[in-house]
Amino acid sequence: MGAESLTGADKSSIAELRGATKRFGAVVAARDINLSINRGEFLSFLGPSGCGKTTALRMLAGFEAPTEGDIYLDGQRVNDIPAHQRPVNMVFQHYALFPHLTVAENISYGLRQRRPKPPAAEIEAAVNRALETVRLPGFGPRRIWEMSGGQQQRVALARAIINEPKLLLLDEPMAALDKKLRHDMQIELQTLQRKLGITFILVTHDQEEALSMSDRICIMRDGGIVQIGSPRDLYDRPKNRYVADFVGKSNFFEGRVTSVAGDTADLQGAAGISFIGHAGAGIAVGQRAIASLRPEQISLSRGDGGVPVTVVNRIFLGEHTEYLVQNPDLGQFLILASRQAEAGEGNLEPGETGSVSWRDGAALILNND
Amino acid sequence: MRFYAIAVYLFLYIPIGVIAVFSFNAGRYAAQLQGFSTQWYGKALSNPFVMEALQTSATVAAVSATLATIAGTLAALALQGVTGKPRMIFDALLYIAVMVPGIVIGISTLIALVTLFDWLNPMIAAFWPVAESAPKLQMGKGSLIAAHGMFTMALVVIIVRARVAGMDRSLIEASADLGATPLGTFRQVTLPQIFPAILAGFLLAFTFSFDDFIIAFFVAGSETTLPIYVFSSIRRGVTPEINAIGTMVLTVSLLILVVAQSILQRGRRAQTG
Repeated sequence: MGAESLTGADKSSIAELRGATKRFGAVVAARDINLSINRGEFLSFLGPSGCGKTTALRMLAGFEAPTEGDIYLDGQRVNDIPAHQRPVNMVFQHYALFPHLTVAENISYGLRQRRPKPPAAEIEAAVNRALETVRLPGFGPRRIWEMSGGQQQRVALARAIINEPKLLLLDEPMAALDKKLRHDMQIELQTLQRKLGITFILVTHDQEEALSMSDRICIMRDGGIVQIGSPRDLYDRPKNRYVADFVGKSNFFEGRVTSVAGDTADLQGAAGISFIGHAGAGIAVGQRAIASLRPEQISLSRGDGGVPVTVVNRIFLGEHTEYLVQNPDLGQFLILASRQAEAGEGNLEPGETGSVSWRDGAALILNND
Repeated sequence: MRFYAIAVYLFLYIPIGVIAVFSFNAGRYAAQLQGFSTQWYGKALSNPFVMEALQTSATVAAVSATLATIAGTLAALALQGVTGKPRMIFDALLYIAVMVPGIVIGISTLIALVTLFDWLNPMIAAFWPVAESAPKLQMGKGSLIAAHGMFTMALVVIIVRARVAGMDRSLIEASADLGATPLGTFRQVTLPQIFPAILAGFLLAFTFSFDDFIIAFFVAGSETTLPIYVFSSIRRGVTPEINAIGTMVLTVSLLILVVAQSILQRGRRAQTG
């Protein structure tokens, strides 16, 4: 990598951000972002608003130039190449469809900018293919305002893929859709990505969206990358509390690390309750840290073999039931019980007492940041 | 409350209604109705003085509105990038230009142009081969166009800028993203988006210039616009012919205003999609 990074971009990557920093006056929107995007992958930038994910996307699109660092597209440094000359297309948050043009005119817009302009028959054929791809055949002559939100999104998608871009950038494309439609669109996007083989880069604050669609997720905070990994990596091996909190639900218990052996650590929490599990990076004996326990890793029973708790609230979620329980030392935390696990015990009602337990090794011992 | 409202509206519109009614008067005296006739419309339209004044007004209005629309649209687009204090100053100047009384614009334009001409004319004469035949700058259609154009340009800027501000920035980015050059984006996205406002601005500028009397009265020189003709005729007494002219001008102006308003409104719908 060392020699290669001096001569040019890594050949297996379609795009690269190298030390990309973007400042708007005193505000640092993106901080030293280093990221290599693989050919054909589905990558997500995940984080709360203002974490720099949109800025990273806009630097790739060419709407923002990095203040420091470089952007590479397919081995070429593109810092000074304006958006209209980059082989990259974007699906905008509110679609940004041209209201004065028909659906077909919107979709063919990219092709009509090419010089020399492709023949009309060719453009029409490409538009029809794109409409088929997004499952809107025959919608070409419609006006934009005659289309529903979900249909508009498909038009935006068709308009972006007709140019066969090297990167397809998606800026919170599902934010304006209702939940059911969003789920359908997620599946469709994923299918489409596999079919087209185009590299997709998604910006989202919705962790479920990122987890369900991405090959890799880039968790961001305050303009910088916190952790990059597959959804499973991030879920099972979060680097710190921030990632564990952002990817899936988790309970956090503070304490002091009493022993570290190999990659396993032991954390003594409140009232001497012990949490044993995988130690995150930089965990040392004696330091204060947190134990992260996923709600589904804690089991709740009527007996009194474990940590005693009182049920505060219960939410029925269909296949699972989510309990909010209270322990005088640990405070309140969540438990996710599967229907199957509950069958033998019977439901615990709010106000009833029971006890909770978790397997050794279930916890993650992480830095509290 | 309702009574007062009705009274106010009657007070506003009765004089206009009277003019419209009396324009169809068969008799030749403005004060007594003597049956229905459209003869005064025929008389007005066949009067060579009226037709010449109409032509002057139409020419001045068309040229000044065109210039105001071009300059105003460019200014509105340029003002997009201006923020903070300079923006406040520009905004204030624009609204002042619209609100300054016509008489002030008339007088100040007259003084400015006369001073300029007095300064320029000797210089032109000095450089002209034969001093006697040197052209002399003076008041006329040119000064009318200049005065009206300046006044109505502020109007166009305000109308077009509202539209530019309401335009979705991401449309411009989407166009660039799809490979359109900046000029291509302007032609294919920005212009169609703001066109209704440009057209409405042009129509309003045209009506303001066409109907204006006060500014024209100061800077017209020897030219006679339609409002100036009407004013000078009235000194010889109000005839039904004048009523007919007034009614025609009113109808055309109202029609243009309605068209401009509906263009703006339809444009707003298209903008929000």
